[in-house]
Amino acid sequence: MKKIQILGTGCAKCNKLQEISEQAAKELGIAYEVEKVKELNKIMDFGVMITPALVVDGEVKVAGKVPSLEEVKKMIQE
Amino acid sequence: MADCCSGGTTLLYACSGAADLGEISDMVARRLRDEGFGRMTCLAAVGAELSGFVQSAKGADVNITIDGCGTACARKNLERIGVTPNSYILTDMGLVKGETPVTAKIVSEICAKIKDPSCAPSQAASAVKGGGCGCGCSG
Repeated sequence: MKKIQILGTGCAKCNKLQEISEQAAKELGIAYEVEKVKELNKIMDFGVMITPALVVDGEVKVAGKVPSLEEVKKMIQE
Repeated sequence: MADCCSGGTTLLYACSGAADLGEISDMVARRLRDEGFGRMTCLAAVGAELSGFVQSAKGADVNITIDGCGTACARKNLERIGVTPNSYILTDMGLVKGETPVTAKIVSEICAKIKDPSCAPSQAASAVKGGGCGCGCSG
């Protein structure tokens, strides 16, 4: 089970990143769970200074931008 | 503090080395942060390859490194992860390692030069030396 976390306070880009990440996981056909992390202190615990950010199984894959669907697929599979 | 979805994110890194200039680099970065010039973050965490810090550096619009001396540990830490920062090196800006008192005046002078857009990193090599910057800033 892949654990996908979306870090961000809930803006449009954060929502877009969540949407793309869920689509990527579905297209990859993997089991996954998604958690939205909105609390700034928790976001800071990841060392993330800019959001939105994507975390897969505890590792921050990208911060400060919304990658493409194909890029997110690669990030989930790494 | 994490910056949500806004453009123009500037991250600040100090070498924070053991010598006097390392201490000044740290104080300069903190002062710039307090003045809202950028967000200070942890160079050690980048060196440790902690993913959140590495990805934040890669995602920032501007990364500024402040090194005490030409060893440029801060700049090299960023370059190691594929990020080219705007690099300021205090010895290139006229300060002498091992002979510089850590004073508020010096910290203020360095902050002013870094904040001055006419004193870009490529020009900072001539900054401060001999009391004149030569690049149009207040030095």
